[in-house]
Amino acid sequence: MDEQQRADAFYAHVVGGGKVEADDWMPDDYRAAVLKFVEMHANSELMGVLPEREWILRAPTLKRKLALTSKIQDEVGHAQLLYRVAEDLGKPRDQMLADLMAGKTKFHNVFHYPTRSWGDVGIIAWLVDAAAIVSQQALRDSSYAPYARTMKKICWEESVHIMHGRDVVLTLMNGTASQREMVQEALDRWWGPLMQMHGPPTDPATDRDLIWKIKSKGNEQLRQEFLGIYVPRIWELGLTVPDPALAYEQGTGRWTYTEPDWNELRSVVTGHGPMSQQRLEFRRENFAATQWVRDAVLGAAPVAAA
Amino acid sequence: MVASDVPADRVWEVFRQESEGDPMIHAGNVRAPDEELAVHYAREFYGRRQESHRLWVVARDAITELDDPDLLQPPFDRSFKRPSGYLIKHKLEAAKARATSPEPPNE
Repeated sequence: MDEQQRADAFYAHVVGGGKVEADDWMPDDYRAAVLKFVEMHANSELMGVLPEREWILRAPTLKRKLALTSKIQDEVGHAQLLYRVAEDLGKPRDQMLADLMAGKTKFHNVFHYPTRSWGDVGIIAWLVDAAAIVSQQALRDSSYAPYARTMKKICWEESVHIMHGRDVVLTLMNGTASQREMVQEALDRWWGPLMQMHGPPTDPATDRDLIWKIKSKGNEQLRQEFLGIYVPRIWELGLTVPDPALAYEQGTGRWTYTEPDWNELRSVVTGHGPMSQQRLEFRRENFAATQWVRDAVLGAAPVAAA
Repeated sequence: MVASDVPADRVWEVFRQESEGDPMIHAGNVRAPDEELAVHYAREFYGRRQESHRLWVVARDAITELDDPDLLQPPFDRSFKRPSGYLIKHKLEAAKARATSPEPPNE
């Protein structure tokens, strides 16, 4: 069997719902596509803790501080799990971290924005994690089996984060008028990035990640699922979604909404978001400051190969 | 260690994957003097009836175990790490009632 026949058989396997393990043979295109997808996910988990860590010392109670710290620990753990999955596809972790810090690889748009109040902590943990879990649950069916299995553990932990976030929001909504305003103001700022988060609709006929079942649902389908579950839960608290065009159409069973700002999305994920450079700079400083830990664990870098 | 000190056979733990994409789950173990024979035995015990999609055969002495309850089942309250640690029923009812009432209750 020549290389092309081998690749054809492989693609027939994954298109037919077959799974792939780390040490199975796979074509370079598939390997590169899975690696890019998982690396971006890992980067997002690692960068995603930076907006939240700013609130650990400002958490209003000890229980909230413990819960927020635990969530952040979980997210860094997810990054570790996902970098492990990505490493097995052939790219060393050092290189992934170097590319992230150099701005050569991406992380999710929502982690390029500032956090201005404790209301942001609730909205992020509730709605950003909810938007993420909608896509992560679909990844439990990924054709790349090590990724699919990792997503089972990650989704289990994310479900705790959503409860934590919803509890923060509910507590504020049952509080004072200014606390309710704080939640509404946070929602107003986060709605745009939330609607952009799943990305513009793609053509299922040409979306290779979809065709090869690396992911099982398209961007628009994920956004519709997110809206279907969470808009009613937002409305029932008396919060207003800052999009006058947002509505559920009984006939089509779909949500209509104002077209998200895709230019903003493209600009933000390429490092031009309001906090992109600060967050990358923090990651670089943190990497330098923890060099001694890597030296202690791994031994000092070899001087030169003999 | 001289050659005569090497045990005639070793224990090999066998993990099996029932269907494509499933996690590897511990199945049992076999005794064998070397890896090659261990794989044959594992196949005979755990893959003879087409019940396995894939097997992993690992020397038992290559496994490191942790079962310290102080580390794995610590006694402190960590309910904030579980979905059940957040009891939102009454909070949700109160927030919904407030959202639908024309006059918000006094604060």
